[in-house]
Amino acid sequence: MLDPVIASRAQFALTTIVHIIFPVMSMGLAPFLIYFTWKDIRSGDPVYEQLRRFWTKIFAVSFVVGTVTGIVLEFEFGTNFAAFSTAAGELFGGPLATEGMMAFMLEATFLGVFVFGREKVSDALYMVSAVAVGLGTWLSAVWILVANSWMQTPRGYELASESGQLVVSLVDPIAAYANPRFPWMFVHMQNAAVLSVALFMAGVASYIVWRRGIDADSDGQDARFWRKTLKIALVVLLVTAPFQVVHGDAYGRHVAETQPQKFAAMEAVWETDSYVPEYIIALPTDLSQITDPRAKELFGIGIPGGASWLASGGDPQAEITGLNEFETEAPPVAIVFWSFRLMVAAGFWFVVLAFWAAYRWWTGELYDDDLLHKAFVGSSLLGIFAVEVGWIVTEVGRQPWVIQGVMKTSDGVSPGLTGLEATITLVGFGLVYTGLLTLYAYIVRRIIREGPPEVDGGGPTASPTPTEVTADD
Amino acid sequence: MTDYGTLATDPIFGLPLQELWFGLVFFIFAMFLFLDGFDFGVGALFATREDEAERETLLAAIGPFWDGNEVWLVVFGGALFAAFPAVYANLFSRHYLLMFAILGALILRGLAPEMYEQRHDKAWQTWWGRSFVVGSVTAPFFLGVFAAHWLLGVETLVSLPGVVVGLAVVALTVVAGVGFLGLKTRGTLRADLVAYGPKAVAAYLALVVVTLGYLVAVRPDLGVLAPIPLALVALSLVAAGGYVVALREGRFTLAFATVPVLVFAFVALVAVLMFPMADPAVGLTVSDAIISMLPLNIMSIASALLLPLVFAYFGILYSSFSGPVETGESYS
Repeated sequence: MLDPVIASRAQFALTTIVHIIFPVMSMGLAPFLIYFTWKDIRSGDPVYEQLRRFWTKIFAVSFVVGTVTGIVLEFEFGTNFAAFSTAAGELFGGPLATEGMMAFMLEATFLGVFVFGREKVSDALYMVSAVAVGLGTWLSAVWILVANSWMQTPRGYELASESGQLVVSLVDPIAAYANPRFPWMFVHMQNAAVLSVALFMAGVASYIVWRRGIDADSDGQDARFWRKTLKIALVVLLVTAPFQVVHGDAYGRHVAETQPQKFAAMEAVWETDSYVPEYIIALPTDLSQITDPRAKELFGIGIPGGASWLASGGDPQAEITGLNEFETEAPPVAIVFWSFRLMVAAGFWFVVLAFWAAYRWWTGELYDDDLLHKAFVGSSLLGIFAVEVGWIVTEVGRQPWVIQGVMKTSDGVSPGLTGLEATITLVGFGLVYTGLLTLYAYIVRRIIREGPPEVDGGGPTASPTPTEVTADD
Repeated sequence: MTDYGTLATDPIFGLPLQELWFGLVFFIFAMFLFLDGFDFGVGALFATREDEAERETLLAAIGPFWDGNEVWLVVFGGALFAAFPAVYANLFSRHYLLMFAILGALILRGLAPEMYEQRHDKAWQTWWGRSFVVGSVTAPFFLGVFAAHWLLGVETLVSLPGVVVGLAVVALTVVAGVGFLGLKTRGTLRADLVAYGPKAVAAYLALVVVTLGYLVAVRPDLGVLAPIPLALVALSLVAAGGYVVALREGRFTLAFATVPVLVFAFVALVAVLMFPMADPAVGLTVSDAIISMLPLNIMSIASALLLPLVFAYFGILYSSFSGPVETGESYS
């Protein structure tokens, strides 16, 4: 049997890593769906009805899986991290309850109207439902990130001890919830979600364009649909990809100021130093050092002064506090170090991809460059991958703290939890979530293979009876 | 630091906020059990249907609603966490495997209809149809076990009262499912389904009465024979009678209207018997477990503003899809 602390941490990591895929899809798709619905209602151009209906199917299935995996996370604070929940409940529970009432309710009720109600409600109410669903997904992120960012940069609280138990009480809600990390996190996450979905759309559209040989002159509703999808995705990519890199650079500086231990782990800096290079890769001398990329360095490529420059916003001489200076143990350095590099590399690659495609569009060869299409296909899921490794930097990098500087994660685990119980559910989630991901991938693949629905060329009210589920394998 | 004045020291408008929040948490649980309850009931009744068109009708009846209905469980968890964090933490960690059994059942119930609609071959639909039924029946069963164990402070995984209350809640969801489908279906399908209503409500009442009799004998400290619990039982009997008569006379709106009465009476019974305890197993009272005044005031204001909006959303949703299910209703 596993130790309940280890098993709880592993289970929370697993269930979060799986869950975050679905909010990324729904939050990222939301602005696209609002736009498609608006254009569908206003222009009556059938391609927008197709876009709305096709991407709504993927949104709906993402939402369902997101709901069932999201409840798990909420419950896990009570089941697995009871000591944390008891101690910090009055700071942490409030945002979660508010998320449910303000955001999730809005999203889940109007989703019923949005998915099933095109024929049932007026154009105006239908448009309202699209906006409400989108707003709901984004408000959800607000409250979840308020809760999470408070754990990273806690403010507005007082510590007390009641019969030996730590109690964190809320004394200044404005300071607590408008904490310094929140705006950084929210902007970075929402832009990442839109960017990830733009990459996914571009990847799917590129695949079809490439495999079917669609070009600028191909006839038919389908060809037009996929060209439109690719172009819209590309426009969004051109805005979000460079923005993410610029924003990430400033965000890194904020982390260096507010969570120096995390920043030191991101750069694997053990001894306080100035003029610290930004290592692009670093390899240890032997495998026993694999958990620590720069402990006994065999080989490394670094930009001189790069990490110092990043931490200070332009000063290559700046000092970075090393991990050895902190009283607490360091987080698992290799995970943080490499996740950070993978995220940054992905971010730069998205910029390259965006400019490459924009150049092809400009030269009129967007549908002819198969290498570009293959690059997009290969990058379809890289946005989500970058979100995952980015969150690993955030969450692993703040260890050993569950609340930075206040409570350690190992002290937050439920005291009565047995190794047997925790192992049973960990293994259970391993199996169930593997199945869940497989089924999700299967459904999304089927929706893509089915392609966009055929629609009449007429106005917004001319959509056919929606029973377009095809005959079967 | 911002000065929050009396917000940090006194309850707003001098309201008894602790008791109100205790009531609100159970109110939210009752909303969940009422709304998602009829979804669960539809899932159980799904097992009785062989005909493909009838099965599709049942799925279409809850299609636009179930996701929103399930959010009441999320809000229940959030409200309990926000107002009584120690109860949330103790209760959920003590019933560790049970909580994950509830989650597993909900995952199955949520996923199954989505999968069922994906492919129309026999083996696939048989599998996902069964999964839908299993998820829809086990979720309320485990929720009933949870409610019983919470109230009675049971710490073991299985207990006799837990099983009996679990079955009672399953029966209650079938009552709700029949009530809902009375509005959503027509013709022979409705006639077939309605026949399950009186049986389900009789089973529900029998299981509740058995449980209460057991509690009178074994747990006199709970005060089952006090006026309010007895009034709730009487209310349930009247509502159940009304439900049976209304179904028989074909007054389906009235029959459905008795469902929330039954559900709210059941949840109120649990809450009334529990009060003033909030977590009887560890002897935690409502006033022990409540959060401090400032966040309590803030959460009260937030809920007072947001919950009316939530009711408006549900009003829009249900009025958009009022009336019987139309065949072929699917993704727009």
